[in-house]
Amino acid sequence: MKHLIDILDLSVEEVERLLELAGRIQDAPADYAERCRRKKLATLFFEPSTRTRLSFEAAMYELGGNVLGFSEAQSSSAAKGESVSDTVRTVGCYADIIAMRHPKEGAPLVASLRSPVPVINAGDGGHNHPTQTLTDLMTIRRELGGFSGLTVGLCGDLKFGRTVHSLLAALSRYPGVRFVLISPEELRLPEYNKKALEASGADWRETESLEEAMPELDVLYMTRVQRERFFNEADYLRLRDSYILTPEKLGAARADMRVLHPLPRVNEISVAVDDDPRAAYFRQVRNGKFVRMALILTLLGLGD
Amino acid sequence: MVIGQIENGIVLDHITAGRGREIYDILELDRLDCMVALIKNADSVKMGKKDIIKVNEVVDLDLDVIGYLDPGITVNVIRDGKLAKRTRLALPRRVCGVIRCRNPRCITSVEQELEHVFRLSDSEEGVYRCIYCDTRAERGAE
Ligand SMILES: [Zn+2]
Repeated sequence: MKHLIDILDLSVEEVERLLELAGRIQDAPADYAERCRRKKLATLFFEPSTRTRLSFEAAMYELGGNVLGFSEAQSSSAAKGESVSDTVRTVGCYADIIAMRHPKEGAPLVASLRSPVPVINAGDGGHNHPTQTLTDLMTIRRELGGFSGLTVGLCGDLKFGRTVHSLLAALSRYPGVRFVLISPEELRLPEYNKKALEASGADWRETESLEEAMPELDVLYMTRVQRERFFNEADYLRLRDSYILTPEKLGAARADMRVLHPLPRVNEISVAVDDDPRAAYFRQVRNGKFVRMALILTLLGLGD
Repeated sequence: MVIGQIENGIVLDHITAGRGREIYDILELDRLDCMVALIKNADSVKMGKKDIIKVNEVVDLDLDVIGYLDPGITVNVIRDGKLAKRTRLALPRRVCGVIRCRNPRCITSVEQELEHVFRLSDSEEGVYRCIYCDTRAERGAE
């Protein structure tokens, strides 16, 4: 493993090793506090994403390393028209590893083809975001012990939601995982992704009702339903409200079910759900830091 | 009409009728110094009509490109007046610089220097996708 651009660049075994390392870091952070001493992470954020950048930076600091970089294109060389390849070749002279966020799809892949140091895709437009998927996987594994045999509900915007597509691709590699795709007709999973699910042999079904699916789920992965996906406001409001998770809807869920959300949320999970032990989305944010620590260590060849 | 037999050369047979000119251009056959014949609308038992290209010399051709453009083509290599090798083209795994990615969100839309590269993602259906953004290639949209 030299770079991480797409979650499917990693084999199931590589994912397993990363998640195990992330778990060990979480259990004994002090053991890793000096691992990246004198190492530098460059966070090249050609578009702002404060959450993701802070997660990478916190991860590097907790490993004893340093961070440099920029947080928007205006303050970077891209504003002067420099290519992604030239930027990473330059930055690779200063930094030991790069985390790149870019509004254009494929920019981190372009970077990885030229970079002298490892490149991590920290999100390329609406395309890939593999560290989010690792975060999701770590949360499911940590909360429920594994993946095989789980029934995973994915709710909301399944058409444009890249986190959903990557998570589906990653989870469908484990045996016996079932998917319940919960969305309005307008936001159903694209045929391309359904075909990939079929090919994986995973069992899946579609429904428009969150209530109907609730009792059978081990995991409920919520996503945002965005206004701009709809032609008219009335449709948006009607559908948005039917995919809001409330304590009442959660009442039908199993006691050991877990709710995940890539955050930020708007209103698709009622704040009243936050204190329910099944709400795992803030623990998920913490896990995001640990998987990024594990990833940085592994790509630098400093894992154990 | 008879076009003379080749002693040493390459015959691209079973080109879809009407695509011969395009294949000729893509392979840049105008740059060859040897004799090249482009035959349009030849009779074909299999295809009704077909195009044929004959190159009167054994040259290096980028078969991947023509495999993508017209996978039914047969490539015959002739040496000393005899058929030395017959290749049926398969869909290439990668196609470089032939298909252009049309996705405005793709990095190729802003970095002009980048070569557009597509990979075969579904060999049954012949679907190609951009290696950068995974957008599906639209056949015939060139
Ligand atoms: Zn593209």
